[in-house]
Amino acid sequence: MDRSFFISPAPHIKDKDSVVKIMYAVVIALVPAGAGAVYFFGSRVLWIIAVAIVTAVATEAILQKLMKRPVQAFDGSAIITGILLAYNLPAEVPLWIPALGSFVGIAVGKMVFGGLGFNPLNPALVGRAFLMASWPVHMTVFQTVPRGGTISGINAITNATPLNIFKSAREILINQANFSESQVTEATQAMQQLSSSYTHFFTGRIGGCIGETSVLLLLLGAIFLMFIRVIGWKIPFSYLGTVAFLTWIFGGTEGLFTGDFLFHLLTGGVILGAFFMATDMVTSPITFKGRLIFGTGCGVLTVVIRLWGGYPEGVSYSILLMNLTTPLINRFTQPKKFGGK
Amino acid sequence: MLRKKGFRGGVHPPEWKHLSENKAIQELPLPEKVIIPLQQHIGAPAETIVEKGDTVKKGQTIAKAEKFVSIPSHASISGTITAIEKRPHPLGTNLLSIVIEGDEKDEWIETVKHNTNYMDLSIEEMKKAIQESGIAGMGGAAFPTHVKLSPPPEKPIDVVILNGVECEPFLTSDHRLMLENPDEILDGLMIIMKILGVKRGIIGIEKNKPDAIRLMRTKCEKLNNISVLPLAVKYPQGAEKQLIKAAVNREVPSGGLPMDVGCLVHNVGTAVSIYEAVSSNKPLIERIVTVTGPGIKSPNNLKVRIGTPFQNLIDFCGGLKDDAGKIINGGPMMGISQVTSDVPVIKGTSGILVLDKKRSNLKLEQPCIGCARCVDICPMKLIPSSIAACAEHDKLEKAVSMGLFDCIECGSCSFICPSKRNLIQYIKLGKAVWNDLQRNAG
Repeated sequence: MDRSFFISPAPHIKDKDSVVKIMYAVVIALVPAGAGAVYFFGSRVLWIIAVAIVTAVATEAILQKLMKRPVQAFDGSAIITGILLAYNLPAEVPLWIPALGSFVGIAVGKMVFGGLGFNPLNPALVGRAFLMASWPVHMTVFQTVPRGGTISGINAITNATPLNIFKSAREILINQANFSESQVTEATQAMQQLSSSYTHFFTGRIGGCIGETSVLLLLLGAIFLMFIRVIGWKIPFSYLGTVAFLTWIFGGTEGLFTGDFLFHLLTGGVILGAFFMATDMVTSPITFKGRLIFGTGCGVLTVVIRLWGGYPEGVSYSILLMNLTTPLINRFTQPKKFGGK
Repeated sequence: MLRKKGFRGGVHPPEWKHLSENKAIQELPLPEKVIIPLQQHIGAPAETIVEKGDTVKKGQTIAKAEKFVSIPSHASISGTITAIEKRPHPLGTNLLSIVIEGDEKDEWIETVKHNTNYMDLSIEEMKKAIQESGIAGMGGAAFPTHVKLSPPPEKPIDVVILNGVECEPFLTSDHRLMLENPDEILDGLMIIMKILGVKRGIIGIEKNKPDAIRLMRTKCEKLNNISVLPLAVKYPQGAEKQLIKAAVNREVPSGGLPMDVGCLVHNVGTAVSIYEAVSSNKPLIERIVTVTGPGIKSPNNLKVRIGTPFQNLIDFCGGLKDDAGKIINGGPMMGISQVTSDVPVIKGTSGILVLDKKRSNLKLEQPCIGCARCVDICPMKLIPSSIAACAEHDKLEKAVSMGLFDCIECGSCSFICPSKRNLIQYIKLGKAVWNDLQRNAG
């Protein structure tokens, strides 16, 4: 025998797709929203995004080296974590916030568990939760007025997001007896203004975190990802469907079934969450039924936090909580085998 | 009413059939020597009845089947036995084989002669002819055919399905057989139907073979109990359970066999061998092999004697290209890569695939990212990533309860995995370790 041949187990041909290709597809899908952020909030957002990405990749690379594992920090997953973390921050935050958030997200949310594939929680959301808990003021105060002005014309920075306005106005309108007449009128006006500002919610001309405001640009990326089958329909649609359904029933101020579900779908980062964070493959279930349950659970928790909880927006925490249930969901939603009983 | 025909899951690897689908079958010149392994089938190995130095005629029995689930071996050329020893086998190990040096006379033994009234034979006589001819499933699995044709009476069969699907990429031997020997295929099917007392026959063919579908349909026009079923092109449509699901919409129960749902499936090549055995007492000594791939100079479909070394076929097809990297017995999804080209063609060798070095290189395994593509495409509706992980970490009981032994090892999950995990390898390992533990415990 003068020739040697490769030996390996079957199959001997493999699909061209790879982890790297999947990750970079998600990065590309997030670019439109980033471009929109620059347009609405100014070029400072680029610094925030850059710091978040660089810190995430550097943290992963250094920890992989220290843990004596192959350095794969450029496979795209750390970059996604950096981008998503940045998109969850207000535009005027000091730059040490994204740095610290990325570091904690990667180190505690991912590397501690063994790196890609082993983390139980979405690393970007771990970073964000850490920042929210440790520096709540920084995370809410440093909002920017978007280009073109906010819908209410308020140029003061604090609490200018639509969800904040909604929450305060709703508080007043469902307990009208406890408030003065002028407050009630103001609240009614604010609600009306919110209901007539759908185009702003859609394009992104509202206050909020840098990556969550433009539904249009996020949807562009999401549709691209669904088209190339990187994300599926089950989680986003069950998430958004549940949010719409529950806010329609419970979100109104004039009794049941009067809620403005469109408002709730278009604000508070639920589009960003449903399409880009709840769909994170590592932390969401792998079965058909499991994915529907997961999406529904995220929707329920988001609505509960939004309507009755302490925060105006509940996307991050609902996804993190559902991440914790993923292994359980996987275990109890195994499909019936071919030929099974 | 259009019922959606098919099965859930499956993948679409590139077909590559264009390399050889238009090449008519050519007969490979007689090899100087053949190596006949005593085990080319599922079941007990045959036991040799000849000795070194004996002269044998073509078709002569050289090893007998001592158990029911076993088949005899025959000389595929006439000549002298020069060795009975362990030789490399395409399924990976060295197995006891009988080596025959040819004498170029190529004489059949006297018992082989055509009987035009073969359909008058009794069912027992037909089964005996099939058993003595050493026929095993030629689609690749090589299960002894006479055993398959003897289902217990409590499992009545009502439909026979012929497998002309050939869903593995690159392979075209069944395609050419349907185009060039359609009558023998139908004759074989009718023999099978007589043996089983079945009134209905279906020939399943994937839609990427429109000429074969047209031809077989024309041949079946006059027969009102045999029909041709065109099937959507999807791997593994040719897997027995998936073919049954698509053809008659029945699911073989987990741990069960096709006869549990009243079906029996045979490869079209096996049908031809059955016809030859029953009508002429011809033992199984040759088969069609597709030699193909980007690493071979001239892809072809060849009629080859069982036991011919791979190198003979490779030489006939122009030889290996410079960048040839892998030789595979079978197709790219389930075939076995070979250490040497000095292995013989066996009864289940449907193809010899030569891949180039670029396609042969192993990619590094990454951790599972939970993308669930394997779950989405598994034709047996299992969770391959979890089962493989259990097998990898020795949690075999959990793996078995999740369906380790329901896996048909089609390779779809490993094919689609973006992390390039060797899922099938872990599953196969898990099965082997579990069986070993059961054997040692019991």
